[in-house]
Amino acid sequence: MPKRDYTNGLPDPAELKEELLKKYPRKVAKKRAKSMVTNNPAESKEILANVRTVPGIITQRGCTYAGCKGVVLGPTRDIINLVHGPIGCSFYAWLTRRNQTRAMEGDPNFITYAFSTDMQDENIVFGGEKKLKEAIREAFENFHPTSIGIFSTCPVGLIGDDVHSVARDMKAELGINIFGFSCEGYRGVSQSAGHHIANNGIFKHVVGNEDRERTGKYQVNLLGEYNIGGDAFEIEALFEEIGVTLISTYSGNSTVESFAYSHTADLNMVMCHRSINYIAEMMEEKYGIPWFKVNFIGAESTAKSLRKMAEYFGDSEMIAKVEEVIAREMLKVKAVAEAVKPKVEGKLAMMFVGGSRAHHYQDLFRELGVKTVSAGYEFAHRDDYEGREVIPSIKIDADTRNIEDLVVTKDDTRYREDLAEKKAKLEESGYEFKDYKGMMPDMQKNALVIDDVNHWETEKLIEFYKPDIFCAGIKEKYVVQKYGVPLKQLHSYDYGGPYAAFGGAINFYKEMERMLATDVWKLVDAPWKHEPEIVGCVTVDA
Amino acid sequence: MFELNSVQKQKSTYKATQNACKLCSPLGASVAYKGFEGCVPLIHGSQGCATYIRRYLISHYKEPIDIASSNFTQDSTIFGGDENFKAAVLNIINSYKPQIVGIASTCLSETIGDDVNLFLHHFLEEYKDISTEFVIASTPSYQGSHIDGFHEAVSAVVKKFALSGPSQDHINLFTNFISTEDIRLIKEITADFGLDSILLPDYSESLDNPVWDTYHRIPEGGTSIANVERSGSAKASIEFGTILNQGNLTGRVKNKKLSRTGGKYLQNEMDVPSIEMPIPIGITQTDRFFETLKELSGNEIPEKYTKQRGRLIDSYVDAHKYTFGKRAVVYGEEDFVVAMAAFLDEIGIELALVASGGESGMLEEEVKKYCPENKDKVVVKEGFDFESIKEWSQENKPDILIGHSKGYYIARELGIPIIRVGFPVHDRIGGQRIKHLGYTGTQELFDKVVNALIEYKQTTSPVGYKYM
Ligand code: SF4
Ligand code: SF4
Repeated sequence: MPKRDYTNGLPDPAELKEELLKKYPRKVAKKRAKSMVTNNPAESKEILANVRTVPGIITQRGCTYAGCKGVVLGPTRDIINLVHGPIGCSFYAWLTRRNQTRAMEGDPNFITYAFSTDMQDENIVFGGEKKLKEAIREAFENFHPTSIGIFSTCPVGLIGDDVHSVARDMKAELGINIFGFSCEGYRGVSQSAGHHIANNGIFKHVVGNEDRERTGKYQVNLLGEYNIGGDAFEIEALFEEIGVTLISTYSGNSTVESFAYSHTADLNMVMCHRSINYIAEMMEEKYGIPWFKVNFIGAESTAKSLRKMAEYFGDSEMIAKVEEVIAREMLKVKAVAEAVKPKVEGKLAMMFVGGSRAHHYQDLFRELGVKTVSAGYEFAHRDDYEGREVIPSIKIDADTRNIEDLVVTKDDTRYREDLAEKKAKLEESGYEFKDYKGMMPDMQKNALVIDDVNHWETEKLIEFYKPDIFCAGIKEKYVVQKYGVPLKQLHSYDYGGPYAAFGGAINFYKEMERMLATDVWKLVDAPWKHEPEIVGCVTVDA
Repeated sequence: MFELNSVQKQKSTYKATQNACKLCSPLGASVAYKGFEGCVPLIHGSQGCATYIRRYLISHYKEPIDIASSNFTQDSTIFGGDENFKAAVLNIINSYKPQIVGIASTCLSETIGDDVNLFLHHFLEEYKDISTEFVIASTPSYQGSHIDGFHEAVSAVVKKFALSGPSQDHINLFTNFISTEDIRLIKEITADFGLDSILLPDYSESLDNPVWDTYHRIPEGGTSIANVERSGSAKASIEFGTILNQGNLTGRVKNKKLSRTGGKYLQNEMDVPSIEMPIPIGITQTDRFFETLKELSGNEIPEKYTKQRGRLIDSYVDAHKYTFGKRAVVYGEEDFVVAMAAFLDEIGIELALVASGGESGMLEEEVKKYCPENKDKVVVKEGFDFESIKEWSQENKPDILIGHSKGYYIARELGIPIIRVGFPVHDRIGGQRIKHLGYTGTQELFDKVVNALIEYKQTTSPVGYKYM
């Protein structure tokens, strides 16, 4: 079968959808159908997201604990993250994400450690609080950290260990900041619940603890950038050149110490909306710091984000500097793009990853003329697909109610009226804040958007679209590559990167040249070259 | 009320585990289940465990690995996981048409006391015409580590399917948690002896597939149910490993009496004699394995192997000057480190530290039994973690580290070589294809160890030798 020709737009995937659904039992099919949307940027369509995966269907999603400990707190280097539970949960989260960090000489860096209470039978039977306390004392004595976070795994919630009261006791005893997270894996639908729990915990126990003097004329926080493969370093270098002081990043290359004074920023810029928008919202309510969405993946997006930031501060010198940097960097970017584009233009990509990457990376591919035919997130919510305006209409289910919604009130002494005014003024001129529009408006007509795609669907998608590249993670990598389709990992970058900002875009272009124009894949006889046949599947629920 | 075992641990004094040297039970069970034909593992608990375990296995095997989960919700933790279990099983059957669903419990389901046997009973009453088979292994990680999960699952499969019968000519091989390349090697060896052997388990294909023409939802390979049935009428079983899941686990309450190995079960229930021996690494232990095969088959050792053995001895002699007196740290699963230590003992290496995250209470005795040269000075630690290994190494300055990828950071800090063996090896390509067993596996290991030592000497020497 020849490859499909998509030059005149994407085909209506109705037939594919039907095939995907027909092997599910009726109830499951009904549910899955709502999570598969044929995109039309001209009209808003609802997608079912952030709902429980059907048991027995192999999902790529992780658990609440993974989102809390692994994603949000994991990249922070000066905190000891102590996992309270049996060994596996801690072991599997030990350095498996590729967050980079740069500790100054002599500064603590605990990222390379996996601390666990390693619960044994007697702890399950008689309770594990005593062991937890001992473990905290020990960590304190051995490492003298300034903060310790305690993460509950599934069994802990059940045996009734109260990590929060342990945290309070130990905080009083040791005089350092100690706080717990009730992030048991079963609490939420996916990692996403853990992000929210982590946001709440950091906001409650850390943000605002230190009123540090200003260190720069323009102070910002970057939220939702985890420094995979050194992405944050690229962005940091840009900020520095432009004259913006980065107070803290949540949470790539970061410290809990910097979170404590992150409320002294003049602006919050949000990269990964899904994992961190809660803190942006809470900081605005309490301290009056406005936020908007940025994207540093893709050269054009980077330029746009920098311009928006400069416009916010309204400093003509900064605006000029930003233009100078963009002009200089774009020259380099364009040179590489021009060399690569002819080799890869018109190729097809699919991406199923994360809560923002599946959107951000479409920008990078677009710059190379690569089309995204189908995409979806692993743990996002409706707003990440359809835009923030749908938030009020999102149904609150039991899983969502499970997670505390912090009530945040204005801090009368520290609230930045000046920033609130600045925001109001800018808004009058059409400048947008809290502005995430979601993935779907940026996608082509007829592109197939699928939430929480599973193994079976992935196989069918590949057979239907015959993509040239598939972007996901390690769990999908070898499934997809068995089809002779190269898979680019967007969690770990396959040990490459950085891909953020201008330098990162150049890296990515070159990487795509290598992957999309490589010869190895020609050796793998793709299955659709013969008649495709899937072994051992397909039954229809009667 | 509870009988708590207090194992005499020569553990570090640490309360917390820092950088563990063990993984969790359902991971081991999943690997074992993959070694039976048409089996899809189902981890009964929250989805996080299954996702993490898949992720971890995939990074070592670099293959698609499907492991289902019953995706507990908050409600399941209150009302039990019955509904989720049922839904999971139905969906697995629907999309995979598996021959076996291999169920492993988790810390969560065990803590709430889910009775999976009962769930299954309910399920089968409701869906009478389902032909899929089910195997259940109880694998909470607070009762043992990944290797216990592995053995639990293997013995669960054997208990489920083995049929007793008059003794026949075939043999059973309980090969322990070894690499896919090792399994292929063992199959070749027994075939060369003309033996019909049943591997329990055999994931040499299912976890190390060639490129496919057609996508297989369940990878091919694995020991078939029919063969597991035949295991009950085998002439004998060979079990690799002398510790297996027979040790005292710290605080193991529930399953103490249940945990018997597959081989012991067949011996006790079906009169299949079980021959226990260390995993055959090194000449002495490989000799023992070959002797046993010779006896069982009645055939002479094929010439191919005597030549391999001869070459290996020849190289031992040639390289003795590089290995002699060098001090090694060995870590990993207990049976694996016993075998590795026995090999190192043989080549004149001083066993500085032999460590495992496992806690059978048997490790020291076993290491000393198989390492005559080192038995008086070797330090053996069980229930050990990598931070403790690191501290120990900083003080005692070993020359080489031998174990899986997780110890890399220690080697890096100490500036000494590391030889990657065992599981997990996720910072190199081909971790699943490392050969450790038999004469040829030992040869490969030996060359690696010697060359690493030479290379170290070469790079740290001011002279810059190029002719060794
Ligand atoms: S809860 Fe138990 S089974 Fe699950 S990952 Fe943690 S240790 Fe492993
Ligand atoms: S036990 Fe719970 S917290 Fe641990 S990995 Fe499994 S789902 Fe996540």
